[in-house]
Amino acid sequence: MTFSTFLTFVFAGLQDGAIYATVAIALVLIFKATTLINFAQGELAMLGAFFVYILSVEQGWPVWPAIFAAMLLSAGLGAAVERTLVRPFDPTDHLPVVLITLGLFLFVNALAGDIWNYQLRPFPVIFDRFPDWMPGIGGDRFIEIGGARLFYDTIGVWFTLGCMLLFLNVLLTRTQVGLAFRAVSSNVESARLAGVNTGRTLGFGWALAAAFGALGATLVAPSLGGIQPNLMVAILIYALAGAALGGLDSLGGAVMGGLIVGLIQSVVVSWFFVTVLEQRWMSVLQLGFAFAVILGVLVFRPSGLFGTRIIERV
Amino acid sequence: MSDTILNVSDLHASYGPLSVLRGLNFEVNEGQVVVILGANGAGKTTTLRSICQMCDTEGSITLRGTDISSKGTADIIRLGVGHVPQGRGTFAELSVIDNLLIGSYTRSDDGVQADIDRWFEMFPILAERRDQLAGSLSGGEQQMLAVARALMSRPELLLLDEPSLGLAPIIVEQLFETLQRLNKEDGLTMLLVEQNANLALSMADHGYVIESGLIALEGSAQALMTDPAVQAAYLGA
Ligand SMILES: Nc1ncnc2c1ncn2[C@@H]1O[C@H](COP(=O)(O)OP(=O)(O)OP(=O)(O)O)[C@@H](O)[C@H]1O
Ligand SMILES: [Mg+2]
Repeated sequence: MTFSTFLTFVFAGLQDGAIYATVAIALVLIFKATTLINFAQGELAMLGAFFVYILSVEQGWPVWPAIFAAMLLSAGLGAAVERTLVRPFDPTDHLPVVLITLGLFLFVNALAGDIWNYQLRPFPVIFDRFPDWMPGIGGDRFIEIGGARLFYDTIGVWFTLGCMLLFLNVLLTRTQVGLAFRAVSSNVESARLAGVNTGRTLGFGWALAAAFGALGATLVAPSLGGIQPNLMVAILIYALAGAALGGLDSLGGAVMGGLIVGLIQSVVVSWFFVTVLEQRWMSVLQLGFAFAVILGVLVFRPSGLFGTRIIERV
Repeated sequence: MSDTILNVSDLHASYGPLSVLRGLNFEVNEGQVVVILGANGAGKTTTLRSICQMCDTEGSITLRGTDISSKGTADIIRLGVGHVPQGRGTFAELSVIDNLLIGSYTRSDDGVQADIDRWFEMFPILAERRDQLAGSLSGGEQQMLAVARALMSRPELLLLDEPSLGLAPIIVEQLFETLQRLNKEDGLTMLLVEQNANLALSMADHGYVIESGLIALEGSAQALMTDPAVQAAYLGA
């Protein structure tokens, strides 16, 4: 493999990885607060991307206002799910809530399939070409680095992830609700004793996670050439692998884990198997790899690479 | 007669099927330090948790005449109760300063920084550890942090569950001196659960002894200190 081919796989892997990281952050936000995996996270995100589809493709909105509106709608949906389907249950008993999120996963997927059926629908291209004001590269789709093409699309996804992390950092460390969310994540009972309304604070966490999930799904759709209800099924598994690798309770770990999963998938799985096996085995192998990561982490290193707590009851 | 801040009557509490408190009656007056004594498992912690509605309760609990027995924990804190739980209950993953800030969560006045400065002055070690994670503090430091955090909400009634647990004698002495000053200078009312009966009674006005979910004995701190039964059971005399 030439260096430039290798670099191409690295760029592609880190683009996928950034998307996994976005969804992994959504999973970790909820896990930190409740030690629960929200299996419906991917499907809620898929709905969020469909909101973008409706607003931008069907209603003709410009793409970024459509994305922001879809994130807000998703946040509301996330909070509503928490309020109606999660909060009524005993938080120390995980099984009912896990079953509920699994049920929600199936329900949302089937509902979306019913409304939009399973054929690919057009989705707006978000990062098409370098903007015109950029000297030398304005209007180009990519720049060349080491003989490999680094697409504007890839840079755009990284930039979005960066903005999201910055936003999350400010929100969690500089605002009252962020402080409350960290307190609830750390010790629910003490948070209550500090006067924090824990239910509402967890609702905020679900809203935040749903908004970020929607953003992640919005970044996935263009790279798959469109949107359909199964958009996020495999991505959820990859994001889960990334989150597990990162320790499930560490936001920084989720980012690193997501990037690592994307990178390894791209460089190792793509290159090795594309040269040996047929293309159609790709997704099977990628999924298998992700499951291997999840299983490996759970068996050999339950706190992941960056986590602090031991994972129980995922 | 001073005003009653807290009145508890016929309090029953349970954890699921296990009934722990079986009809407790007591009250705490404005400016007083009231101590609750009792053997391990007698229900002292459960009594404090009941006041904040952290377990299933029956009976009446009033705070300045308002019934709080059907309110949520967060609302009770907003009404002016501070609670230092047994085993501290600090936020291990948060820094010392964030622990104090979350303590002021219910406040909207602009005196928060002044209060932080005040508790830093009272507990200088916390000022030194300002940006350190609470989980990395020593047991004694965490206990001070737990007390400071509860005080950050400017409570009228402070519930303290075995604040001396696991602390070196010298630290215990300092902590109780601080608590006494808060009571004398700020008029802070306290309901104190303590194994160290000697120390607790020496700063208390009134005391109750709980035995298997019932008040077995009550009286002024003086009277309890000289009571032969209390002496035998809790003062090691
Ligand atoms: N969360 C709980 N679930 C079930 N039972 C509990 C729970 N907490 C306490 N108990 C039981 O309630 C009884 C009273 O406990 P409590 O913690 O109030 O005692 P305590 O007087 O504070 O004891 P200690 O001096 O050891 O702190 C004990 O028998 C205990 O086993
Ligand atoms: Mg106790």
